[in-house]
Amino acid sequence: MAFDSFSAFIAMEGHGPYVWACYAVFAVLLVGLMVWSSRHHQAVMASCKRRYQQQENSTSARPKQAATFARVEVSQE
Amino acid sequence: MHPIRKKRLTIVLFLVAGIAIAVGLTTFALRQNINLFYDPTEIAAGNAPVDVRIRAGGMVEEGSVARDTDSLKVNFRVTDYAASVPVQYEGILPDLFAEGQGVVAMGRLNEHGVFVADQVLAKHDENYMPPEVAEALERSSKGQYKSADVEKAAETTAY
Amino acid sequence: MWQFFHKLGSPKWFFGIATRFMPWLLAIGIILLLAGLVWGLAFAPKDYLQGNSYRIIFIHVPTAFLAQSIYIMMASAAVVTLVWRMKLADVFVKTVAPVGLVFTFLSLFTGAVWGKPTWGTWWVWDARLTSMLILLFLYGGAIALDRAINDEKSAARAVAVLVLVGVVNIPIIKYSVEWWNTLHQPATFKLTEKPSMPVEMWVPLLLSVLGLYLLFGWLACLRMKTEIVMREQKTRWVRELVMAGRG
Repeated sequence: MAFDSFSAFIAMEGHGPYVWACYAVFAVLLVGLMVWSSRHHQAVMASCKRRYQQQENSTSARPKQAATFARVEVSQE
Repeated sequence: MHPIRKKRLTIVLFLVAGIAIAVGLTTFALRQNINLFYDPTEIAAGNAPVDVRIRAGGMVEEGSVARDTDSLKVNFRVTDYAASVPVQYEGILPDLFAEGQGVVAMGRLNEHGVFVADQVLAKHDENYMPPEVAEALERSSKGQYKSADVEKAAETTAY
Repeated sequence: MWQFFHKLGSPKWFFGIATRFMPWLLAIGIILLLAGLVWGLAFAPKDYLQGNSYRIIFIHVPTAFLAQSIYIMMASAAVVTLVWRMKLADVFVKTVAPVGLVFTFLSLFTGAVWGKPTWGTWWVWDARLTSMLILLFLYGGAIALDRAINDEKSAARAVAVLVLVGVVNIPIIKYSVEWWNTLHQPATFKLTEKPSMPVEMWVPLLLSVLGLYLLFGWLACLRMKTEIVMREQKTRWVRELVMAGRG
């Protein structure tokens, strides 16, 4: 340990405000970026899942329409 | 590699090379303006303009700092070990200001060749070390000087 | 060799690899970064000249280092985008630019806060600081340009050209302290020489640089995965993956 006491560690011989301000801003921005990216990823995954489920529901509810749609696709080839 | 890709790659390389050359020439032409400060040799050679706000940078000469006793006025010389310039300043100096330390002063050069500064910044080098190591280094370097002096003295007495 | 290169461009293949590596990147990154920062803050000796304010170096140097190497990676990816039209390269440039912006801002901010007690000023227009500010604008410009163009392909090409043009700034940042008179000191770490600081100072610095590098890897994988899912949501493999709840 380079400091004699915890209060000396906080004060850093008068340079405390500078040092701690840097570390605080760094921690907030880095953790913020990581948490935000992670939440955004989960939100995108969830909204995709919802959309797929909706599609599945609509196709199973109207099977006839799906069949005609497939036939059109085949005839185009 | 596909010929189209090869062509694209050549274009990209030419683009980067062209910009690099353009920027290189520009920065070379502007090099004096990009320099933050004039060093004492340039000022002594008369390359620095008189009575224009400029910066001067170098080391504070050992033993040159003279502080006024009842004001914040201070006089010192800035050197690059080839030439030196006298500096006049009134105000609070940064904590790192000391003899043998680097400084960059902002101000005007007057007609007597004295640099009248209104701001003094400290410049430090890229070396970091614990205080004990710095002390030990200083002691050993002083020791070296002493032994060199002793040798010189011995030489002069021998001849 | 080319086969591997093209495989690398496959979003599906990348997705699998990224998912496998991400927990490791995160865990080791956090451990190294925390070890480096705690060591640097509490255990490394103070500097003989600057006292304790030099402890800002343990975040200033890693963020500045990452800010520049992210840009170099983006420029390499931009070449791949322009020459090979590889989707994944474009995804990389787009998703990583905001991370580079944050790191550049952090290095400027910590540098300013460090400059006040040591130099006596927050900011000075010397070559190093100014070229670093230009890097911040380049990141901002790349992000803004990407947002401004709606068509995905044209946006990718425009951003790639901008990023590539800006790459000349990187050697200027690196050598600014040697080519011109600056207030900023030359680099403490050089590839060819021993660092000009003792072991108990450069080891924690190295740990935090490595830790931040790994965390950047984690961030890049995560953000690229998000972008891939958004772009490829019509494909069967993304559908299967999302429905199975993997990734």
